[in-house]
Amino acid sequence: MVLMAAGIAVAKARVIFGGMPWFKDPVVLPEPVVADGWKFFTAQEVAAVEAIADRLIPSDELSIGGKEAGCALFIDRQLSGDYGRAATQYRLGEFKPGTPSQGPQIKDTPAERYRAALKSLDDHCKQNFSGKPFNALSPEQQDGLLKQLEAGALALGRVDSKAFFNLVLQNVREGFFADPIYGGNKDMAGWKMLGFPGAQYDFRDVIGRQGEDLKIIPISLISRKS
Amino acid sequence: MALKRAKADAVIVGLGWAGSLMANELTQAGLNVVAIERGAWRDTSSDFPTTVDTDELRFATRRALMQPPAVETLTFRNTSDQTALPLRDWNTYQFGIGVGGAGTHWNGMTWRFLPNDFQTYTNTVERYGKSKFLEGMQVQDWGVTYADLEPFYDKFERLAGTSGRAGNIQGKIQEGGNPFEGPRNRDYPLPPLERTRVATIFDKAARELGYHPFPVPAGNTSGAYVNPLGVHMAPCTYCGYCEFFGCGNWSKSSPQACIMPALMQRKNFSVITESEVLRVNLAEDRKTATGVTFVDHDNNEWEQPADIVVISAYQMDNVRLMLLSGIGKPYNRETGEGVVGRNYAYQTISGASIFFENERLNPFIGAGALAQAIDDFNSDNFDHSNHDFIGGGVALVHSTNGRPIGLSNGVPPGTPRWGSEWKKAYQHAYQNYNSIYVMGNSYPHRDVYLDLDPEYKDRFGRPLLRVTFDWIENDKRSAKFMADKSEELGHAMGAKTVVRSEPTTRPFSPMDNLSSHTTGGAIIGDDPKTSALNRYLQSWDVHNTFVVGASAFANNGGYNPTGTVGATTLWAAEAIKSQYLKSPGPLVRI
Repeated sequence: MVLMAAGIAVAKARVIFGGMPWFKDPVVLPEPVVADGWKFFTAQEVAAVEAIADRLIPSDELSIGGKEAGCALFIDRQLSGDYGRAATQYRLGEFKPGTPSQGPQIKDTPAERYRAALKSLDDHCKQNFSGKPFNALSPEQQDGLLKQLEAGALALGRVDSKAFFNLVLQNVREGFFADPIYGGNKDMAGWKMLGFPGAQYDFRDVIGRQGEDLKIIPISLISRKS
Repeated sequence: MALKRAKADAVIVGLGWAGSLMANELTQAGLNVVAIERGAWRDTSSDFPTTVDTDELRFATRRALMQPPAVETLTFRNTSDQTALPLRDWNTYQFGIGVGGAGTHWNGMTWRFLPNDFQTYTNTVERYGKSKFLEGMQVQDWGVTYADLEPFYDKFERLAGTSGRAGNIQGKIQEGGNPFEGPRNRDYPLPPLERTRVATIFDKAARELGYHPFPVPAGNTSGAYVNPLGVHMAPCTYCGYCEFFGCGNWSKSSPQACIMPALMQRKNFSVITESEVLRVNLAEDRKTATGVTFVDHDNNEWEQPADIVVISAYQMDNVRLMLLSGIGKPYNRETGEGVVGRNYAYQTISGASIFFENERLNPFIGAGALAQAIDDFNSDNFDHSNHDFIGGGVALVHSTNGRPIGLSNGVPPGTPRWGSEWKKAYQHAYQNYNSIYVMGNSYPHRDVYLDLDPEYKDRFGRPLLRVTFDWIENDKRSAKFMADKSEELGHAMGAKTVVRSEPTTRPFSPMDNLSSHTTGGAIIGDDPKTSALNRYLQSWDVHNTFVVGASAFANNGGYNPTGTVGATTLWAAEAIKSQYLKSPGPLVRI
């Protein structure tokens, strides 16, 4: 039994008493994502996700597109971690279809849904567009297919295509707007497009300047990690 | 066989706002207090320092500080004839986990309920007659009044460091405050937060319409503050990382910022973290509790004996723990009998999205409770003689954050959700979008209740709590009225596009993320046939068990619940200290 003067008795119940705890594992920044290969996606999946990201958030006069911003790298790292494993979701008991009010009852994890849906999408494209996968189609053809997915009008095997579209749209937006430490939002391009200052923690000096363009240069968590 | 710990004078289940306030009071009275908390120890500098905190993905999108459904969830259905299913992913209910509970990640709106909210039954019958209650409504008085609670609201505001402007000091109306509030003995401890551009626009428009705008009372410090426990808080920096986040700057009212630094110094207090209470143990005659049984971080089962048991988990978990422990008779919708699970209520949400043509709102400058509001249409602040409903709500504009993932659906109707057209619309709307948000009264109804699910279990094999809820007719009518008012306000603010929000026109879904404000299920009252607790939040059946939190509310006000959680907890603590300790037994005899 380990007992600190003001601390934690760890050998029995985790009891904290006699002042604030002396030590604990402090929360730290996430490990910055480095583009050193793919941890979840196959090369063909990367091509599909990059193509989708570039249609959902295209390159135009406002910003770079989802592909260049690193959305695929972001999603790859998310799917290879807790998020991809649905670690926070309740996964006990029988999965039964319910009413729309009752929310998703999907047994597959996000990682499993990506794997199955991307394969079905490429299979569908190859069958209908002379053997070409999604990433080899024209932007107009890709947009047409994405609209079908969005409307739930394209069957993707056992995957609910509308729910899958919503998942990808959410993840691409995350990749475009989350802190660059997670692998996307290259050079804070998403934040610069909106004028969001990022990881700033103090606006007391500017709150009085109502209605002004404050021209704040955004900062990222990653710039704090040497 | 469970391991057994030394007996405590009081055991506290859940160390959020209610638990830490209660622990503070009982340890000050000299009791030996042990708190048991399901989550981990959490503090400002170790868990959400400013250098880690400003991360939307981690804390808002992935909700890193909150209780995951994997740990415990609810099952949900709209009506009794449906089969409830578990809520598997993040949803509108926002349960805290860890020391501080939901008091760590909340926004900070620190309201006092209106005097009418505690006596809606009596007042409505007097003013409009009993027929004003639509079929099935179970409105009942709380058994405590605003006047009873005033000193405890005051005490909570002092401990929490609330920023605001009084509207009524001892009956005298104060310019710039909420003239409809109940009389208060004195002003807030801190002046209101500064205003943002959108708050200024709202204030002017509401005034021109003849309404009475005021700053929402905020658990975000408008300046440096030292509370009555000697704990220092720093001025809020308007960073916009409040809801879902801990405050890295000691500026948000929370157990960490306001209570724990003093509480942890006391020799008669300890907290057992990463340990989940399975049940309250009852004596053979079932008239007293003997303590609680919990499972620690290593899966060892323990018994913690105690003379007093305080259940202070989240509202839903308070009700569940009573049901799992056999404290009080469960509510039966068919017979109308039973009290635990009865009078569950939610928050009637409505409003309007507003899009300006050429504003620069700088939405990233904000605070959790930085909002300007009107209370002209809340509760019975207006004459309902010509309306076919009771209640109403507060209407406000809120400068809470400019976080870009969460705001990305904030574009005018008809905009595609992706592609260059969406980008252009979002870039424009980012500086031009806000909304009128109405938090409305919610009144209890026969068909809205909580009980144990017959099929789905938690990780320990115990039944999950089942929620049966849909908007009741009174909600639908009051929300329609409030959505009309919101549209009027939006137009008066000069918005180019105003989009009415009236979610009560469709079945309620927890996936819609409208509000996390759930109340009731273990309510206080004057009659043990219709309330689980007496007016001191003491179980009618098990007199050494007190159940504190929003579960005690007999109906929901048109406000956030935390101020009233604080006041009712401190009221219960006072009753324990001044009455129960001298003469343990039922504090109300029927």
